[in-house]
Amino acid sequence: MPGFEIVAASLAGGVLTGGVYALAALGLTLIYGVLHIVNFAHGALLMVAMYGAWFLATWLGVDPLVALPVVTPVMFVLGWGLYRWVIGPVSRGEDRAILLATLGVSVVLENLALVLFRGDTRSIETALSYQMLELGPLLLPLSKVISAGVAMVLAASLWAFIAMTSTGQAIRAVAREPTGARLVGIRPQRMFALAYGIGIASLGAAGCLLLPSFYVSPTVGENFVLVAFTIVVLGGMGSFPGALLGGVIVGVAESLGGLFLGESLGPISISLTFIAILLLRPQGLFGRPGEAGR
Amino acid sequence: MSNSAVPGQLTRRSAVAAGLATLAAPAVLRAAPSTIRLGLIHPVSGALAFSGNQCRLGATIAIDDINGAGGVAAMGGAKIEPLLGDAQGRPEIAASLVDQMAEQGASAFVGCFASALGLAATQAAAKYNIPFSIDSGIVDSLTTRGLANVYRLFPNASSVTADSLLALDMINKKAGSPAKSCAIVHEDSAFGTQTAQQLAGLLPKIGIEVKALIPHATPTRDFTNIVLRIKQEKPDLVMISNYQNEYVALARTLVQQRVELVGTWSVAGGGFNLKFAKEQPGVAEGMLDFNHWYAPKNPKAVAFRKRVEEAGQTMTWEVLFGYFAVKLLGDAWQRAGSAGKEETIAALASSTFADHFMPYGPTKFTNGQNSGAHAVALQIQKGDMEVVWPEEFASAAAVFPRAKL
Amino acid sequence: MRALMVGLALLVPLAVPQQYLVTLAMLTVTSAALGQAWNLAGGFGGMTSFGHVAFFGLGAYVAAIGQLHFGLSPWLGLPLAALVGGAAGAAMGAAAFRARLRGSYFALVTLAVAEALRVLANSLDITGAGVGLQLRLAPGLAQFQFVDRRLSYLAALILLGLTMAAASHLGRSRFGARLAALRESEAAASALGIDVVWVKTQALALSGALTALGGVLYVQTYLYIDPSIAFSPQRSVEMLLVALIGGAGTLWGPLLGALVLHVVADGTQLLVSRPGVAPMMYGVLLLLIVALLPKGIASLRFGRRRNA
Repeated sequence: MPGFEIVAASLAGGVLTGGVYALAALGLTLIYGVLHIVNFAHGALLMVAMYGAWFLATWLGVDPLVALPVVTPVMFVLGWGLYRWVIGPVSRGEDRAILLATLGVSVVLENLALVLFRGDTRSIETALSYQMLELGPLLLPLSKVISAGVAMVLAASLWAFIAMTSTGQAIRAVAREPTGARLVGIRPQRMFALAYGIGIASLGAAGCLLLPSFYVSPTVGENFVLVAFTIVVLGGMGSFPGALLGGVIVGVAESLGGLFLGESLGPISISLTFIAILLLRPQGLFGRPGEAGR
Repeated sequence: MSNSAVPGQLTRRSAVAAGLATLAAPAVLRAAPSTIRLGLIHPVSGALAFSGNQCRLGATIAIDDINGAGGVAAMGGAKIEPLLGDAQGRPEIAASLVDQMAEQGASAFVGCFASALGLAATQAAAKYNIPFSIDSGIVDSLTTRGLANVYRLFPNASSVTADSLLALDMINKKAGSPAKSCAIVHEDSAFGTQTAQQLAGLLPKIGIEVKALIPHATPTRDFTNIVLRIKQEKPDLVMISNYQNEYVALARTLVQQRVELVGTWSVAGGGFNLKFAKEQPGVAEGMLDFNHWYAPKNPKAVAFRKRVEEAGQTMTWEVLFGYFAVKLLGDAWQRAGSAGKEETIAALASSTFADHFMPYGPTKFTNGQNSGAHAVALQIQKGDMEVVWPEEFASAAAVFPRAKL
Repeated sequence: MRALMVGLALLVPLAVPQQYLVTLAMLTVTSAALGQAWNLAGGFGGMTSFGHVAFFGLGAYVAAIGQLHFGLSPWLGLPLAALVGGAAGAAMGAAAFRARLRGSYFALVTLAVAEALRVLANSLDITGAGVGLQLRLAPGLAQFQFVDRRLSYLAALILLGLTMAAASHLGRSRFGARLAALRESEAAASALGIDVVWVKTQALALSGALTALGGVLYVQTYLYIDPSIAFSPQRSVEMLLVALIGGAGTLWGPLLGALVLHVVADGTQLLVSRPGVAPMMYGVLLLLIVALLPKGIASLRFGRRRNA
């Protein structure tokens, strides 16, 4: 049995990573909440963001934290455009079509990355790469601490945006009641594209925050798809607090799973958590019953 | 199949040389010599890209050297034509590349850096009985499956682990035996798993207790959990068998988490090379590795290293292996006077290839394995790699225990 | 008549000596067979699965483990794999459908199961963990290993025949009618007294069993299996693509789909031989089909034919 300090360190690491996962999951839950689509392209788009941050770091020497304000709006435009010109038109609003359309987008993006950048795993070194933060007996990588902090700030901002601005209210209106929203002059398709864009923008930020402690390769999105979905399903599709709490829980589960089960078996904790929730409580922690599956 | 991504002067030089040679030869002679198609199968993209490219680099340098010296003289100056294949790190792709190249008339293969790829590719080549010169790929089973077409000039896992323990034992005893326990971290494919299992079996015999056997996937970036487990076990040594990126990541995490160790000892450590020594001196200094290297006191070896570095490349053992795997075949073709499958295999079986600068005994193949091959113990000292064992090839004494970082 | 023509066309590669071409044909036919197996559940049954490779991998490992650890005859791998695949399908079906998972949620759960199996295979000794399992080279009918690829092609043809027969059965039988009914509307079907969970579970079990056979063929052809091959998400995608492109829920759809997919993939691979180009075309094809021909290519030619 690992000692207390070891478990505490693993737990802390899991919370930190989970914080950044939560930011990525927020985008996914927003997209589901508003568009009622399961965005299968979420992992691939995170990969795109990470490549963006990687190139900025490697070619221009820009630290990912500094690149964040650049990558995020670019990803917003990418997401908005994807919905407006690909996913929206291709799927014409039908559920299975949307699922398949987002799958198609993810396959294209992943393999485009493979064609352009080859399968090599790439990582970066930043000024913070070696620095550790001492918290009592715990040694935490400083870059992870900062990433988690920034993620939380961004998550809170996004939440505030949706809750308090008029655009946010419009988005929520469309999510709740598209017909009613149209009646008061809000155009659902515009809001859908906007919401999708915002969801993908959160991936832009998450990608920049993850890059220092992770590697990027064309298939890195595949790992994240399951993680993101587990978080969102655990928290409840469409629930912001659910995504935040779910992110931390999944991050911890992943870390402790790796510690107790070993690196090989560890990742199974994610799949098992996911399956268990879907079978036992599909609406998640904060969702409403009866919303499971379309 | 993708084209070589080898930058630098080497490809330009060979292209220009080939062009000039064609122009210079009189029309009559231009018709004559046959070409020998040599399949080169390596993971030049994917998680093993660095090492795969290094092997391919060595192989293409050898091909250029042989062709530049007039080809295989006994075959009327036949030139070698490389068929380049990207195995992408997947065994099934390596095997299907063999099928494709066999149909394109490959007379022989060199490959595949990774044991997992080599196992699949050699078996595919066995179907056609095409000779396969292993350049890297340490698992014993590459040459113990009874496949007559496989030859490995370089040491296998058993000999490397056995020798590495001799070296470790000597170095440990010389320092008063400060190392009494270890944790073994290894990557989870054929290479890491077999090496780790053999080590685990032999270490107790030299008085070192194995406290943990920790596998991980390639690629893995975050070694925090693994390092935390190591901290928990408090071993004196961490023994490592994995590939490039993971080796570096693990080494760094050990330093970051301030794990107190007598030292690290890797067996065929994938990231232990001059690139690592230069780019991460704070982490690399004092690390010990039991691995492949050239004989440091041989002037030809020094000249070769210089040549590679002047072309803007990093000198690593993979380059040496790719180089001599091809040279071994060239020597066989020369002695057989032909590149036919059976003749080449017979020539390889009786080969005494000595035109190399590796720290080996005389070449002798038994069931495809060269019993003269040996690895050496290396240590990074002041940004360079020194051979610290065996005595006859050593260029420096080992610093053990490791100095405090 | 059409069936006869197709049958004859499929026999052509048996007369071709170039191993490379026969290999292409074998890959196409295997693709079609796997796509048809997916079609049984995903097309005829309306259960979009993103993790069908789980059955493939199970079949492959059962075959390999049976030979390596239990010394069984490789031919025994076939019925064993079908059994395990079918049982897995039944288990998955029973659990998921009882929990009323459908649509996207069902797709995701299948994905999670495939991933869980991959992690397990990567950790257990009996599957060789990360090293995988390699079968000894021993060509011969008794060992179910063929040096001449044409024999492997024949085996793939037989599998295709099996899956086509199953699909045809779904098109004509009462069981198939019940499946079609609940695909259109579960509520209505349930009101008619159809046991929705049981019917769906059976369909998934049948689909799983046949997909597992594909796994056996793979391991006997390539003599090697590891977790990333056995449970690769790309294979799941290819299976559903083949069915969708050709026409999900139709008899000939998967065959058409496999043909189109492989023509496109191998064609692009010839022009631009970089890794990733062919799979990228898969994604583009999927988008085009979803946008322009949601019922697949089959709806173009067989527009007036009653879809199962």
